[in-house]
Amino acid sequence: MGLFNLPNLPLSALLSQLLLGLVNGSFYAILSLGLAVIFGLLNVINFAHGALFMMGAVLTWMGLTYFNINYWAMLVLAPLAVGLFGVLTERLLLRWIYKLDHLYGLLLTLGLTLLIEGAFRSAYGVSGLTYDTPDALAGATDLGFMFLPNYRAWVVAASLGICFATWFVIEKTRLGAYLRAGTENPRLVEAFGINVPLMVTLTYGFGVALAAFAGVLAAPVIQVSPLMGQNLIIVVFAIVVIGGMGSIMGAILTGLGLGVIEGLTKVVYPEASSTVVFVVMVIVLLIRPAGLFGKEK
Amino acid sequence: MKNTPSLVYTLLLVALIAAPFVGAYPVFVMKLMCFALFASAFNLLLGYTGLLSFGHAAFFGGSAYVAAHAMKVWGLTPELGLLTGTAVGALLGWVFGLLAIRRQGIYFAMITLALAQMVFFIALQAKFTGGEDGLQGVPRGRLFGVIDLRNDLTMYYVVLAVVVAAFLLIARTTRSPFGQVLKGIKENEPRALSLGYDVGRYKLLAFVISAALSGLAGSLKTLVLGFATLSDVHWSASGQVILMTLVGGLGTLSGPLAGASVVVLLENKIGELGHLLARLTTIDWFNALGESVTMVTGLIFVVCVLAFRRGITGEVITVVQKLRSLSNAK
Repeated sequence: MGLFNLPNLPLSALLSQLLLGLVNGSFYAILSLGLAVIFGLLNVINFAHGALFMMGAVLTWMGLTYFNINYWAMLVLAPLAVGLFGVLTERLLLRWIYKLDHLYGLLLTLGLTLLIEGAFRSAYGVSGLTYDTPDALAGATDLGFMFLPNYRAWVVAASLGICFATWFVIEKTRLGAYLRAGTENPRLVEAFGINVPLMVTLTYGFGVALAAFAGVLAAPVIQVSPLMGQNLIIVVFAIVVIGGMGSIMGAILTGLGLGVIEGLTKVVYPEASSTVVFVVMVIVLLIRPAGLFGKEK
Repeated sequence: MKNTPSLVYTLLLVALIAAPFVGAYPVFVMKLMCFALFASAFNLLLGYTGLLSFGHAAFFGGSAYVAAHAMKVWGLTPELGLLTGTAVGALLGWVFGLLAIRRQGIYFAMITLALAQMVFFIALQAKFTGGEDGLQGVPRGRLFGVIDLRNDLTMYYVVLAVVVAAFLLIARTTRSPFGQVLKGIKENEPRALSLGYDVGRYKLLAFVISAALSGLAGSLKTLVLGFATLSDVHWSASGQVILMTLVGGLGTLSGPLAGASVVVLLENKIGELGHLLARLTTIDWFNALGESVTMVTGLIFVVCVLAFRRGITGEVITVVQKLRSLSNAK
């Protein structure tokens, strides 16, 4: 993939890279959305997000391999399991550091990342585990000008669906209003009789469940391995720097946009595709230090 | 009582001078000293300025590559190789610093991490770094063209001298008026700003010094071991230096020394420790401890953040102060 470095690219090759970019962009969007939601309420940058993404994918693989649970069931079960894990993590560990400097949140979740990745690594090594595309989504559809792989189309559609649902809940519902108010001023919200600690716990659970959802979607397209989240999380950090964490829609759009930019770079200059996101970050920092959608506290 | 720290440092120095004669393996102690210097340089930034850089692997590993290239391909003498490495660290630090100080707090950490990842990918893809293999067979050469460093004992005292000099520089920096301003910025940045200090410039300078000394540590490690590899530029090396500083004690001079010793010893000896524990407790699981370095590291991070934030030196200082106030009360 991404190795056709021809001057006269056929349109279909360009389109297929574009689609691949959108697929990666969907993962970026879900992950940076989760990071933004968690950071908004907890003031913690969740370094473990990549590891929990991996956990979602590996759980999907384990579900099929050991218990014969199919993809569609895991699409619900894996986020639930990881969300529960997140709830426990928040109650047992994160709870103790909210009053401390931001950096301790990053360091604690880094430790958590090493624990999770280490555990999966000692169980499955570093080589990849293969997961087949579910039957219903195998194959491709002929659109006339290109073949559209069904599974990739599904990933983009499902991701956009979950992103917009999250956006809707946070921006347009009463629950979302509590959440936004909690982000602004937790003590005042608590004074109005809302159980803020519970809201914090559930928010973390929801944020990491999003990461696991992306992990399930990724299982058939990215090779499942205990280290699959390691480099991804750093790219997502760069995307969060580019977009700024102030806006939900901003996180979604930045994630998708950078996925597309990365995909197009693979067509034009494949060597740069692993660094292009960081280059964009540098440019944004120079021109708009607060980020594209930045409302820094 | 007042001279306790200088007494401890003197004892440490004497121990290091004597170490090769009492059975310590010189190469191991040299490696340990390189990491101690790396952690001290890092602490200048995190402990004394309050900036969490998650990209120090770029300075440590990047400089290691350039120093290795300079000594192997250009045939520079060791002291020039070290200088080149230090200069590369400073230059990278200047670029990183200029970009990262545009944002604050947690964004600062994420930006440095992302920039360092870029350096990692460059090291992976560039021709001169040798890709997955790294740069091997870097000659130690002759210091100033005269002193042959191939002898481990000679090399050992050169490393000791360089590390002690760099450590004194760091100690001097923290006590200088410049260092006081850095502490002021750490405690209360808006106040430092309102007192008329150009906070951005102070942060940048601290970043450059820290990066340059990290570069020196990386180049020194390359000179000792004769190779530069991808693992030195990988983000886990940045995590490792954070861990050393955290375990030892943030914002204390001797903390990073203690932290680096603990972390390096643990990573090298964890397998043996596991076998020992397995024999003592008859739990078979401990035998596999050597393969679970990552998990053990993660566990130490979690424990340190939750229960042990002062680090080794910080705890010692607290205990000593308590004892002192008890004896004064009598």
